[in-house]
Amino acid sequence: MIRFENVSKVYARGARPALDQVSVDVERGEFVFLVGASGSGKSTFLSLVLREQRPTRGRVYVAGRDVANLSGWRVPTLRRQLGVVFQDFRLLQNKTVHENVAFALQVIGKPRHVIRDTVPEVLDMVGLAGKGKRMPTELSGGEQQRAAIARAIVNRPQILLADEPTGNLDPTTSLGIMRLLDRINRTGTTVVMATHDDEIVNEMRRRVVELSDGVVVRDEARGGYGEREAILPDVGASPVLDAPGSGTRAPVQTVRGV
Amino acid sequence: MRFQFVLGEVFSGLRRNTTMVVAVVLVTFVSLTFVGAAALLQAQIGKLKDDWYDLVEVSVFLCPEGSVSPTCAGGEATDDQIDAVRQIIETELSDEVSKVYFESKEQAFEAFSERYPDGYQGTQLTADDMQASLRLKLSDAEQFAVVSDVLSGRDGVEIVEDQRAVFEPLFRTLNVATLLAAGLAGVMLLAAVLLITTTIRLSAVSRRKETEIMRLVGASNLFIQLPFLLEGALAAVLGSLLAGGGLWLAVRFMVSDWLERSVDWVAYVSEVDVLRVAPLLVIMAVALAAVSSFFTLNRYTRI
Repeated sequence: MIRFENVSKVYARGARPALDQVSVDVERGEFVFLVGASGSGKSTFLSLVLREQRPTRGRVYVAGRDVANLSGWRVPTLRRQLGVVFQDFRLLQNKTVHENVAFALQVIGKPRHVIRDTVPEVLDMVGLAGKGKRMPTELSGGEQQRAAIARAIVNRPQILLADEPTGNLDPTTSLGIMRLLDRINRTGTTVVMATHDDEIVNEMRRRVVELSDGVVVRDEARGGYGEREAILPDVGASPVLDAPGSGTRAPVQTVRGV
Repeated sequence: MRFQFVLGEVFSGLRRNTTMVVAVVLVTFVSLTFVGAAALLQAQIGKLKDDWYDLVEVSVFLCPEGSVSPTCAGGEATDDQIDAVRQIIETELSDEVSKVYFESKEQAFEAFSERYPDGYQGTQLTADDMQASLRLKLSDAEQFAVVSDVLSGRDGVEIVEDQRAVFEPLFRTLNVATLLAAGLAGVMLLAAVLLITTTIRLSAVSRRKETEIMRLVGASNLFIQLPFLLEGALAAVLGSLLAGGGLWLAVRFMVSDWLERSVDWVAYVSEVDVLRVAPLLVIMAVALAAVSSFFTLNRYTRI
């Protein structure tokens, strides 16, 4: 469904590549976590799938299309098969929930009766039944994200990209969002989710692709979030305070659920 | 659905940007008024030419006694010389000249006396002081140069004169006025383009979020840009309609109602001419908006 072949992306000439020889293959219907520190290349990965950018080298195939060589006027057709969700929801504040979801269909020219039938269905599915007339500001963070997800899937995309969808939400609300994404995945939609949320990754036990400095350092079928430096490393009796590079690396800790 | 949606976007954009839109309307109004004024001036010149060139003739003045022109070395033009000139007109200039008649000295004297009855006729001025001429009516007044080339320098012909020359100063003035109007129009049009560009840019920035969502869900480029295009075009067309209306009023009240009554022997431009110019103004407005949009949109709403 998504296939990266030796993809490199360099933003500025001479700079360290944001992605370096990345090869990843995501099958239809898979659920993939994209993990890694800030600046590891997760966002670049997603924007290459969306064809917001072209790779400097290598090939990107999305839903059978060679995205890197896709001509500009075909990009909309590609994007209609993708749904995107963001950390900051990106709902239009001057439109109701219903209008926000309907907007995604209106702007690709769907007929009115299709919109009338589909939007309530989707709102129902994401758990916002009866809240279509609310404005985004009248919703909790979790509800806003549900509305954003509704907008992303209302056109039944083959792939759902989620860029830290739980980044702004508390753990309980995040759990609800993850259940929703899982449910969407079970209907056959491929889901790629970039995240920092180790609890979620460890709990879901799905495929994990870890990026570090633009390189794939791990690709595990049922992985956890991975190693994580302890917040308070055991420095023993040493009075030296934390200084960059001087900290003793803490013994590898696995977080819960492993 | 699409149409209605786009229209809704257009009007919400216009509402959000009212002051800029009003500025665009006014600037296009003024600039296109100048364009229209230039066009109407040219139409006026055309009308005057149509009207007056029918009345004027080419005069081939024949040698009088005592002329210093080299072609008149033999004194007053003889009948043979006159016949020879007529022959040339009939053969070589048959296409250009539609009518020829001879005005003798006596006829010229009579015509003169008729026009200036209180002159010095009979005492100081006699028929012999007048100059005989061949009067030519041209089938096309613009062919004067050809006629003049053929006839000048013939024996017995002193000079070939085009009565159109009388109007030249007036036409020159009108042409200068046209240039002035066109120049001002040019400056204003530039201002209009810059203003439309800025308006579209503002509109694009204020709708950045919508545009971004539209891009992400796969709206086509045209669909994203159409509301902005229409916004600019609508404002510009409104300006052009105002310009057309302004010109119509000016012609109606200044030309038809006032000039035509005070100086009634001249053919003036009428409201009909304004109606002929107005569609051109609308087309120009659309072109103006299209050019400005083209330069702006690709930068601000690219996929």
